[in-house]
Amino acid sequence: MKLVKNNAGRFVPTEVNGQKQIPFKGIDKFKPTGSKAKPLIRTCIDYPKNGNKIVKDLKTALKKAGLKDGMTISTHHHLRNGDIVTNILFDTIKEMKVKNIRWFPSASFPVHEHLIKYLEDGTIHHIEGSMNGPLGKFTSEGKMKGVGVLRSHGGRYQAIQDGEVHIDIAVIAAPASDSFGNANGVQGKSACGGLGFALADSEYADKVIVVTDNLVPFPCVPWQIQGNNVDYVVQVDSLGDPSKIVSGTTEITKSPDRLLIAKYIAEFMEAAGIVKNGFSFQAGAGGISLAFIPFLKEKMKALGVKARFVRGGSTKYLVELLKEGLTDYILDGQTFDLEGVRSMRENTSHIMTSPFTSYNFHGKGNFASIVDAAILGATEVDINFNANVVTHSDGYLLHGIGGWQNCLYSKCTILAVPSFRDRIPVIVDEVTTLCGPGELIDVIITERGIAINPLRKDLIKAVKNSSLPIRSIKEIQKEVYEICGGAPQKPKVDKNKVVAIVKWVDGTVLDSVYRVI
Amino acid sequence: MKAKIKIGKAGKHGDKVRSDCHVVLELTGSGGIKTKIQSKVSALYGQSIKNLILKMCDFFEIKNAKITLEDNGALPFTLAARFEAAYKQINPDDSKEFLLPMNKKNLNASSKDQLRRSRLYLPGNEPKFFPNAGLHKPDGIILDLEDSVAPSEKNAARFLVRNALRSVNFYDAERMVRINQLPLGLEDLRFVIPHNVNVILIPKCESSDTIKQVEEEINIIKAEKNLSDEIYLMPIIESALGIVKAYEIASSSDKICALTIGLEDYTADIGVERTNEGKESLFARSTIINAAKAAGIQAIDSVFSDVEDLEGLKISTLEAKALGFEGKGCIHPRQINVVHEAFKPTEKEIEKAKKIVLAFQEAEKKGLGVVSLGSKMIDAPVVKRAQRILSLVNNK
Repeated sequence: MKLVKNNAGRFVPTEVNGQKQIPFKGIDKFKPTGSKAKPLIRTCIDYPKNGNKIVKDLKTALKKAGLKDGMTISTHHHLRNGDIVTNILFDTIKEMKVKNIRWFPSASFPVHEHLIKYLEDGTIHHIEGSMNGPLGKFTSEGKMKGVGVLRSHGGRYQAIQDGEVHIDIAVIAAPASDSFGNANGVQGKSACGGLGFALADSEYADKVIVVTDNLVPFPCVPWQIQGNNVDYVVQVDSLGDPSKIVSGTTEITKSPDRLLIAKYIAEFMEAAGIVKNGFSFQAGAGGISLAFIPFLKEKMKALGVKARFVRGGSTKYLVELLKEGLTDYILDGQTFDLEGVRSMRENTSHIMTSPFTSYNFHGKGNFASIVDAAILGATEVDINFNANVVTHSDGYLLHGIGGWQNCLYSKCTILAVPSFRDRIPVIVDEVTTLCGPGELIDVIITERGIAINPLRKDLIKAVKNSSLPIRSIKEIQKEVYEICGGAPQKPKVDKNKVVAIVKWVDGTVLDSVYRVI
Repeated sequence: MKAKIKIGKAGKHGDKVRSDCHVVLELTGSGGIKTKIQSKVSALYGQSIKNLILKMCDFFEIKNAKITLEDNGALPFTLAARFEAAYKQINPDDSKEFLLPMNKKNLNASSKDQLRRSRLYLPGNEPKFFPNAGLHKPDGIILDLEDSVAPSEKNAARFLVRNALRSVNFYDAERMVRINQLPLGLEDLRFVIPHNVNVILIPKCESSDTIKQVEEEINIIKAEKNLSDEIYLMPIIESALGIVKAYEIASSSDKICALTIGLEDYTADIGVERTNEGKESLFARSTIINAAKAAGIQAIDSVFSDVEDLEGLKISTLEAKALGFEGKGCIHPRQINVVHEAFKPTEKEIEKAKKIVLAFQEAEKKGLGVVSLGSKMIDAPVVKRAQRILSLVNNK
């Protein structure tokens, strides 16, 4: 495999899985021209006049959809770790003796460990999406037949629109659907929130199959997925384990060290002048990017300030802001707990968004760059503010990119991370895998101090007179290495064997992930 | 003839262990050093871990041994402490100590009337709590060798606490160690006195004799090691008899910086339940305050044990302040801010203190021996208290 050095100084292949690749050219430096991919012309006369698209089972649907070797099949991660639909889908494909599938999920979860046997026996050729947990380990050990492709949620939309990924069959698991294929995620025992991640697939795939465990009479409203894009509807007993689809309640971390970071985030946002009437921010679902919300809320109340909108990852903590009138809207990409699902179902100010509205590179703008502050995590951040979210310091793939890359475009991007975990430095001299270029990352907040990107002179000036522990990133990194016992060894990898590539939001290749020895 | 022990074990293992390790050291007759290392961080620090072990074998002149290490991300100070604890089980009489370099950030000395609003207890055998303890900005941290350490772990904890005092940056917190009850506590001193400890907490004090023994042992060690920084003492009174002897204890040494009380043991001793309101210990706490003030030292309150109840902690701390206490023990970082807030002087107190200090400065400038504010004469202790209040304002 031929590797070239890209604009970020990382070595990347120019061809992957038989497709030509463009090396990263710099932030906002690549602008493809021409036309977007176009779906085939359909006519309503080919579909049942009574609107009933129900077929007997998934196998029948796949057969009718013309499943064959080498196709691209897409799935979505609304059901998170409770998903059984994807596993059953590939059991069925295996049973139909079809091989070499390109699996195109919006994300994968540990529950998909089930698919390793299909990666081994050639049912699945490779994954383009995310390779989490066991799938990440499998990929990192060089066992996948093809090369993995990691994309952000926005990048996934871009790849579909660019025609880089043509979806043959999209399988959309829907907690509620009618026989026409109108579907949503807010009703039924498997309710998960919005189905935004499946939007592009429903519009661009050749064939679209909706799988539901909650068939309702026409019309199924709201139709987050429009039945007009759907070919077949399959009814099943269950989409998966509801307790793993959304958590009952989301609890904030009790770790005093994480809470300290969360407190610093709120204090920084206040000191930097971000917390003012009509402001906006993006929160996450786990750990610190959730824990800062109560601290921020206290400040908003004390200052008498209200947000115009907040972006989630919604949880009961964002819902409380909405209920208490501290924000006008929740613009929700993904719903993480029952309270979030309930709110999206009942509150018209709790709006489902999709990667198209939020993140898409080929839109006429997107929401990500309108947000005043985004609070995100990372597995590693280096002294040039570059960050990694997909591999751990030992070189193993462990997480997907999610919306992380897209959120870096916010007006103030804050990475909130512990400076080390056990004996694993998080603030390092150079990231193992580059997922986010430092020029888009403004602030690093750790329990050992806050580092502001020297490019952001405005932020440095704004917080100059605060009592916040502002330090240089190098100083924090040096202290971390002292605590951990020196610079860590670099992971042992085979630089000749690329197991996955990391795409930038524009479709160019930002970095390579290598086989771990 | 007594069979000689050949195997030493120290540390923790299991799924839930974080930032710690377990070492099994077996001295063998031949075959050189054989290591079996299983570490969560082997990809990052595998070589560093092995090097440390070999260095320690060399230091203790171990030529032939089987060493099994199960590591869950222990920092070097922990690894070294576990290895040495295992080794000293086999060779307790070896007086050599494997000391890591002293962290230069930990060289600062303390003063007798240091601010001691909060002191955070850290169980002496739980290394995972050490590195970040100082970040929560307690006035002091206490590495505890006493009640939070199981009897079987006492020895291992000593090595860990010693190494922590040398290696872990506790930022600007005063470094305290709670030793065991005597006579065990006297042995503990050897492990901490030479390593920049600022204050020794002496549990279950019932007489001035206890203080004398500790002071004497400290002086011996200081002379041996040629140490000059002051090491202060904080006796903890935890019994009815101790309360009766409070003043005797408080005034038994000029190294005593503060007197404090342990209410769990005290209430047990007088045979009552401990309550949040604390009526049952009012006499004892008032006695502590009175004895401390009479001896010219600080009075410090017990811990508040319900870590979830921050409102209760606030009420309890405000009450402690009103009684005359100047500090409170903390068993969780989240308690620190609440305690500091409660001890923060009120606006009224600050205004008054400013006037007093100003009057004092004026009088000094004019060379007057007597300070007066309006028609009132102001005594030296009042000035001192006012200065203290202002120092609290500046000390967030």
